[in-house]
Amino acid sequence: MGALRMSFRGSEGPIHPTTPPLSEPSGWHDISLTVNGEPVSAQVESRLLLTDFLRHRLRLTGTHVGCEQGSCGACSVLLDGVAVRSCLTLAVQANGRDLRTVEGLAGPDEPLTTLQQAFHEQHGMQCGFCTPGFLMSLAGLAEHGGTPSSDELDEHLAGNFCRCTGYVNIRKAARQAFGLPDPEEASRD
Amino acid sequence: MKPAPFDYVAARSVEHAVELLAGDTDAKVIAGGQSLMPVLNMRLGRPELVVDIGRLDVLNHVRISDSGALLVGATATQAQVLAHPDVNRGWPLLATAVANIGHPQIRNRGTICGSLAHNDPAAELPATAIVLDATLRIQSSRRIRTVPAEQMFVGPFMTALAPDELLVEAEFPPPPAGAGWSFREFATRPGDFATVGAAVQLVRRDGVVADARLVLFGVGGSATRAHSAEEALTGSSPSRVEDQVRAQLEAELDPADDVHASAGLRRDLAEKLTIDAIAEAWARCA
Amino acid sequence: MTDGNSSGFFGRSLARVEDDRLLRGQGCFVDDLDIPNVVDIAFVRSPYAHARVLSIDVTAARTMPGVVAVYDGASVVDRIKPLTNSEELRVPEGIAALNPVVKIQPAPILAVDEVNYVGQPIAMIVAETRYLAEDALEVIEVEYETLPAVLDMEAALEPDAPLALQGEADNIGVYVRHGIGDVPAGIAAAAAVVEETFATQRYVAAPIETRGMVAQSDPFTGGLMVWSTTQTPHRVRDHVAESIGLSVDEVRVQSVDVGGGFGQKGILVVEELLVPFAAHDMGRAVRWIADRHENLTADAHAREQVHHITLAADADGYLLAVKDRIVVNLGCRNMVGLVVPYNALCHLIGPYKVRNVDLEATGVLTNTTFTSPYRGAGRPEATFAMERAMDRLAAKLQMEPAELRERNLIRPDEMPYRTGLLDRRGLPQEFDSGDYPEMLSRAIDMVGLSEFRQKQELARHEGRHLGVGFALYLEMTGLGPFEGARVEVMPSGRVRLYTGAPSQGQGHRTVFAQLLADALGVNLTDIDVVAGDTASIPYGVGTIASRALVTAGNAINQAGGLLKQRVLTHAAEFLEAEVADMQLEGGRISVKGTPAVQLSLAELIRIIPKLAGGSGSDGLSETSYFQPPNYATASGLHATIVEVDPATGRLDILDYVVVHEAGRIVNPMIADAQVVGGVGQGIGGALSEHMQYDDQGQPITSTFMDYLMPVSSMVPDIRLDEIVCPSPTNQLGVKGLGEGGAVGPPAALANAVEDALQPFDAIVRSGPLSPSRIRDLVRDP
Repeated sequence: MGALRMSFRGSEGPIHPTTPPLSEPSGWHDISLTVNGEPVSAQVESRLLLTDFLRHRLRLTGTHVGCEQGSCGACSVLLDGVAVRSCLTLAVQANGRDLRTVEGLAGPDEPLTTLQQAFHEQHGMQCGFCTPGFLMSLAGLAEHGGTPSSDELDEHLAGNFCRCTGYVNIRKAARQAFGLPDPEEASRD
Repeated sequence: MKPAPFDYVAARSVEHAVELLAGDTDAKVIAGGQSLMPVLNMRLGRPELVVDIGRLDVLNHVRISDSGALLVGATATQAQVLAHPDVNRGWPLLATAVANIGHPQIRNRGTICGSLAHNDPAAELPATAIVLDATLRIQSSRRIRTVPAEQMFVGPFMTALAPDELLVEAEFPPPPAGAGWSFREFATRPGDFATVGAAVQLVRRDGVVADARLVLFGVGGSATRAHSAEEALTGSSPSRVEDQVRAQLEAELDPADDVHASAGLRRDLAEKLTIDAIAEAWARCA
Repeated sequence: MTDGNSSGFFGRSLARVEDDRLLRGQGCFVDDLDIPNVVDIAFVRSPYAHARVLSIDVTAARTMPGVVAVYDGASVVDRIKPLTNSEELRVPEGIAALNPVVKIQPAPILAVDEVNYVGQPIAMIVAETRYLAEDALEVIEVEYETLPAVLDMEAALEPDAPLALQGEADNIGVYVRHGIGDVPAGIAAAAAVVEETFATQRYVAAPIETRGMVAQSDPFTGGLMVWSTTQTPHRVRDHVAESIGLSVDEVRVQSVDVGGGFGQKGILVVEELLVPFAAHDMGRAVRWIADRHENLTADAHAREQVHHITLAADADGYLLAVKDRIVVNLGCRNMVGLVVPYNALCHLIGPYKVRNVDLEATGVLTNTTFTSPYRGAGRPEATFAMERAMDRLAAKLQMEPAELRERNLIRPDEMPYRTGLLDRRGLPQEFDSGDYPEMLSRAIDMVGLSEFRQKQELARHEGRHLGVGFALYLEMTGLGPFEGARVEVMPSGRVRLYTGAPSQGQGHRTVFAQLLADALGVNLTDIDVVAGDTASIPYGVGTIASRALVTAGNAINQAGGLLKQRVLTHAAEFLEAEVADMQLEGGRISVKGTPAVQLSLAELIRIIPKLAGGSGSDGLSETSYFQPPNYATASGLHATIVEVDPATGRLDILDYVVVHEAGRIVNPMIADAQVVGGVGQGIGGALSEHMQYDDQGQPITSTFMDYLMPVSSMVPDIRLDEIVCPSPTNQLGVKGLGEGGAVGPPAALANAVEDALQPFDAIVRSGPLSPSRIRDLVRDP
């Protein structure tokens, strides 16, 4: 529904990254890594941030830039299975690593994951700009396995800013996704 | 903001890393990048060379030595330390301090040694290293040396590290048997740098404080032991000398106003957190 | 045309159509656009709050790696007209009769002679990447002669104050005074007078997505294509065309996915003229994305206001007079005129009855970043002053603050209520509907006020400090002059809706589709909404000021009804039936009584070109503009219970309640979320957000490490209730809703904190209520 975007970026198989501009003064490095399960080989300049590598060289624009200081969490991705701020990571540091971004949660023909579906059902997003960051932070928590405690869940939300929602529905979505009861329900017992 | 241009080398070994640090180029070490990257992104620092030690497995350990000390290698992340069962059991103060650092994402990349080498005055780890009497192992192309934590942190963002030196390991001795501990911090929002914090370790003997280690951070300057407060405490039971301890803290503390907190608030909080931490540590003494 | 009573999609909490692609990371925000060979822009910005620019040398920058072009002030001064936000600066006739001062102070595109705030753009670098552009910034040589910087807005009003803007007579950018009745008489007759000063600090809206723009010359027509984060695309189009000297027909502005606006993206800044200019001048695609440092220091600031307010009441607490001298910090120049000052002024007395009013607002220039509307646009500041003053009055009269409010409220049977003042249009201010007593009564029940007072007393004996605070406000929403909607049936049979009010997260694609589905008679899933493309509808105003639902919503309702008529007329012709017998439901056209005969919109649109006869007016498209006859008065009441720890300054919000009234609600889930989102921002401002400068005019809260945004733990689960008073000003009975959540919290929380700290005789006069400030309230009340 919604005739706005026809193609799913990142769906065409192995990603063909663009190279740094020739005028870039800092040194170039060859890197090989896995991105959302696909092997990627690229040349990156020393100072290229992982955010810019993903967004502009691989055209995976789902990871967003909010501050470039590590405060807002909009750029969160999974690096070797743990959530990190990609704005505080150099692209070259991702060499040999496994990287997962929001595009890797559900493929173009796949239904939304439980986590994404929960955000939809609980209206846990408005502009959607911070949402990939929240999804990947929570995906990092999900990697631990098991059911997190309410405190653990809150901790994994503490490092992401949202300016639109006031967080209430984000918490509801996260609780739904992890099978935690609503505090109101919990206190009713 | 984007970093200024620099060259990057992934060090092949510790020797390779320190050789690069000894060279003529202005070089900075990167491991987790949680402290360095904001500096680079805002162009507040412009090294010519960034030396990445992140791939050196030999520095990635969290283990117990034969003498029962906790050895944390330079590239061991805060998350790794937090997840280690021996740490929670044997060094609960360290575990609590690390749990107060930032957010899970920061801890997934940030390293213990990186935080120590950076020495942000509002950071938890330098104070923790001092209160636990840690020893820092430092390597350069010239030599390997050890520095006790109390001599490591010389001023805000300044340590005893020379430009060609690399902090390779932090060693935390086992706390004295029966020692009580406490770590308390006040932050404006959870995960923020501390406004003020206190790390306390007490040993009780014959009903009084036999050994007191009180370290405050966020109160101006670098994390330091509150020596005169410790003296006031030693030889008594804490509740009896609370006023003297307060008075000593009052005299020693000289925080400044800044955008996050007034000097008055820092002083009040420091006193309160320290008194509370002392009480908690005392209750934990065996 | 639906009469608004349709039970189709209106009023249903439907999940949003926007979500799927955003959740998959398939959103298209302006920096996501894949534009081949685009080059990136960075700006050289003034490091001084106030200085003369003696010289600028860009030659070294031109030869830096990857640099494509460098522009300085001299190179553009004759080619781009300075920026004036003319729509915002316009003074309506009725307001002109008050003899206001509204100085026109166009913003130089790139500073030539003088810089007036840290962050002012002086040169523009265009390079292959942002990295390379930032490298080149550093080799630009500028010689400055510093000038005295005016930083404190009240000091700026002193007769001997240095000038923030050279060449002006003084530091006043805006001034207006307005009132009714006889205030001195009211004060003289009063049993209780409260004279206080209440201040709101400087904020930054700081959406998570910063401002940005991509512009490209059309290779065939030479026209300009601009993709933007703007909330007001038609205004951007008009200003770009005018400034560069192109016809409005040749500039197209398209809103893409936008990551929050809140007003910061609702006014033009000079960068938004320079980017299209560069594209046009260079014949290349260019891109500028503000980084966070630019967003915090060099994009619009907001909210810095001081109110010197006097309330006078009789012994029973009935208000006899209100006087307020409001000072607003405009920053380096008057960018948007009376908008915020007059908004504060005409909302000040809120839902209270008072017949003697004297209000004065002065907008002052200082050498700080220019200010503009931000979610509430003067109402949070006015509410803070009035609601704080009411609590001080209650204290003086030894009355329960809720009771004092109750006595002074406008009653529902007094609606529509004329205050006697002029509204922002310069017409008599009239509140169309509302039920403030019911709102207050509900809030009192929800927080359990009387039980709370007992609990508070007990807690005090235990050394715990609990407090309750209320804040009540109303909002004149649905600002005109108009908004439009164009609806058409596409060849596929789908229905496309175009409007000039784009979304920055408010869910327009869902809410507008709900309205159209009802008005037209199609399914929600048959509709595509294109909002904010200036090529698709010739005129628009935009999404600001809680206006989109009222204005665009009603335009959509109108256009949908008209299109339905067209559909039925053509179908009747084809089916040789009476128009009166035709119906369109769920996208199927049929004749009443003969369900077997059906036509889809796809079939109909295919038939029309070949249909001989008929009126000759063919086509399934309608455009309609809605001009609101008056504001639609929404309102809200916030009540909160807090606990304050005097030892640490820590504040815990134990309960937060909002009773809101915004007419008929199209999508309750989305509406509630707008309220909660606003509350989140309000809490941030009440507790931690504070944009600060040092005494040299250097911004000291220039990153998110120092400008403290609210995080999840700071915003409790908000309890909501709602009252519905359909607006008589529009067919749908709707009112604007987007800002109210942000209006109440600073006042409600300040009232609660003061209530909690009553044993310390604390008076809360400003925010944010950081631990330091709470400690000061306890230590030095």
